[in-house]
Amino acid sequence: MNTANIQIRDDGRLRHFLSTEGLTRELLTEVLDTAESFAGVTEQSVKKVPLLRGKTIVNLFFEASTRTRTTFELAAKRLSADVLNINVTASSAVKGETLLDTLRNLQAMHVDMFIVRHTDSGTAHFIARHVQPHVSVINAGDGRHAHPTQAMLDMFTIRREKGADFGRLTVAIVGDIAHSRVARSQIHALNLLNTGDVRIVAPRTLIPSHIESLGVRVFHDLREGLRDADVVIMLRLQRERMLGALLPGEHEYFQLYGLTEEKLSIAKPDVTVMHPGPINRGVEMDSKVADGPRSVILQQVTYGIAVRMAVMSMAMQENSTAQETHA
Amino acid sequence: MPDPRIRISGGRLIDPANRVDDLLDVCIADGRIVSVGAPPDGFRADIELDASGRYVIPGLIDLNARLREPGEEFKATIDSECRAAAAGGITTLCCPPDTDPVIDTPAVIELIRHRARQTGAARVVALGALTRGLDGERLSEMAALQRAGCVGVSNALKPLASTYIERRAFEYAATFGLTVFLHAADTDLSANGCMHEGHLSTRLGLPGIPEAAETVAVARDLALIQQTGVRAHFCRLTTQRAVRMVARARFDDVPVSADVAMPNLYLSELDTIDFGADYHFIPPLRTQEDRDGLLEGLHSGALSALCSDHQPHEADAKLAPFPATEPGASGLDSLLSLTLKLVEENHLLLPDAIARVTSGPAAILNIPYGELGVGRAADICILDPAATWRLDENSMLSQGKNTPFRGWEMPGRVCYTLRDGRVIFSRDDS
Repeated sequence: MNTANIQIRDDGRLRHFLSTEGLTRELLTEVLDTAESFAGVTEQSVKKVPLLRGKTIVNLFFEASTRTRTTFELAAKRLSADVLNINVTASSAVKGETLLDTLRNLQAMHVDMFIVRHTDSGTAHFIARHVQPHVSVINAGDGRHAHPTQAMLDMFTIRREKGADFGRLTVAIVGDIAHSRVARSQIHALNLLNTGDVRIVAPRTLIPSHIESLGVRVFHDLREGLRDADVVIMLRLQRERMLGALLPGEHEYFQLYGLTEEKLSIAKPDVTVMHPGPINRGVEMDSKVADGPRSVILQQVTYGIAVRMAVMSMAMQENSTAQETHA
Repeated sequence: MPDPRIRISGGRLIDPANRVDDLLDVCIADGRIVSVGAPPDGFRADIELDASGRYVIPGLIDLNARLREPGEEFKATIDSECRAAAAGGITTLCCPPDTDPVIDTPAVIELIRHRARQTGAARVVALGALTRGLDGERLSEMAALQRAGCVGVSNALKPLASTYIERRAFEYAATFGLTVFLHAADTDLSANGCMHEGHLSTRLGLPGIPEAAETVAVARDLALIQQTGVRAHFCRLTTQRAVRMVARARFDDVPVSADVAMPNLYLSELDTIDFGADYHFIPPLRTQEDRDGLLEGLHSGALSALCSDHQPHEADAKLAPFPATEPGASGLDSLLSLTLKLVEENHLLLPDAIARVTSGPAAILNIPYGELGVGRAADICILDPAATWRLDENSMLSQGKNTPFRGWEMPGRVCYTLRDGRVIFSRDDS
């Protein structure tokens, strides 16, 4: 069995969405195109399409999340699916039920799709291996491994801002790469979409071993990393990482790696500034940048709904087609 | 019933410790070898074992096998594992002290030995705890454990609280001539890691265990071994650099030895690409380069033993996301065949390969087994080198079916296993 294939059906269509790694440029482009068609829906006054009517989607979150869970829920509802939110940290896990038992119990309720977030890397893959054949799994973040829908909404944002030709773009990802599932998924997606220059910028304590093997150029100096960049993606720095052995503190971090208007001037004049949120103002970036004209941070949140609608409808395609033929 | 008199005839006798590799018969009486070659005058066998076309080798000694009893009988029992060992040609198992309760009192070792004797299969020897309850802080009663039969002391996978404790523990063990068995891991560096730190751990987002977690510990331990003069053994080295450090120390006559676990010779970090829990090991699978370094160490003798690192689990232990699964594989069933496979793949000569699972571990444990000289205990494995078999749930006798070698075609099939001159395993079609 291969990581690359478990996500894809025999006919090449999406079965699960676990990681941007191992997918094809065609599939990623299809996600972006489909999201484009849904972006219109989310802007109408009646924001629903009946694509997943009668489907049951479970948000299975083993780790706290507000925004990701909410946008998944909204996306599912706009596709007319029934949505169940289950916060497992607060229920079965504390009673000692195994992950597999939780899964089997939910499957017994005839669920069609699981949206999974978990602190352990590999959880979405594990669940995908153990679900019934008609059930799809969407990874909403597993450990430090992957957060593919976040990466796709970032690609969607870049495409809207910069056009479809990623080949001429320089994208700099700045911050805590080591602990970031978002960064890993972005790097794979950017490379699949043929991005000209993918850079990461951070001190060595925040860069994981052999990161170059993912196809990035490593910078330790923010100014160098920003030179002529078309897109700058700032990553969130967890507060607990700012103390202790990884960094001496937020003061020096902001001095060296915090994004200010002055440093941003080194990038291209039309540079786009992104952040997966939530922002630590004054740590990763100055408020003037976060709220400034180059920032598309709030658009990212909006696009998140359309992109998640796209991924869900693509993974459920087979079943929904069958249903429509019946109707 | 007196021990039967047995003649094993027609086989190719391979006894690396005595540099024997020839077609020689072996006669056994009162549990011991009474002749190699021509039988003693007037010897009449109760049992004749025809070994034509087969290898006759010393019974295997597995340096590191967890039997899960006492404490985790839902994973395996002394009975189940001693029988699996016998079927795999293994006559002596060495179990580490991290049972529940820990082997830190004579009562626990007595219980284990008693249960092992009851099974009438493989023999079990045990390592005592280096510190009480393996807490890393208070010395165990090593003299009492030695009197009770412990063949060495170890803190298993648990760290010692400080280099000061380590120094004193080494000195106290040296007082009684006890060998200290070490798991070389700096736990500050390995932290919550669950695989080798490298490009794949970065790809998978799994917490990594850097190479330095092992080399830092080996360097520190070697310094304290030299300081205290204790005899020490490094269990299951995984990195090329650590093997070279040990080789250099041995060259300098530091009283130290080391072994390697079978999975590290056949697998590497790359096998974890799919988050497969069967590839979750502590210490972890390393790089291809490390694998080459381990094979080189095994060849040169810097690694004088090869163990299964047997860790049987119940099925649920591996049914979770990778970091939440329990590490280790069930290895008794495949130890002999995978040893022979190293010969097949030209990594080792046959006598050297056999030495690494017989006389090598015997010397480390300082026990009088692992060779076939006259007067020795008759611990013998008779195997058909031409037969092959497939490793799967049905062919495995260990209670733990967790293995990364599932589906592998295995060379060499055990026909008979003898321990102390008794047939403890015979294959029906032998």
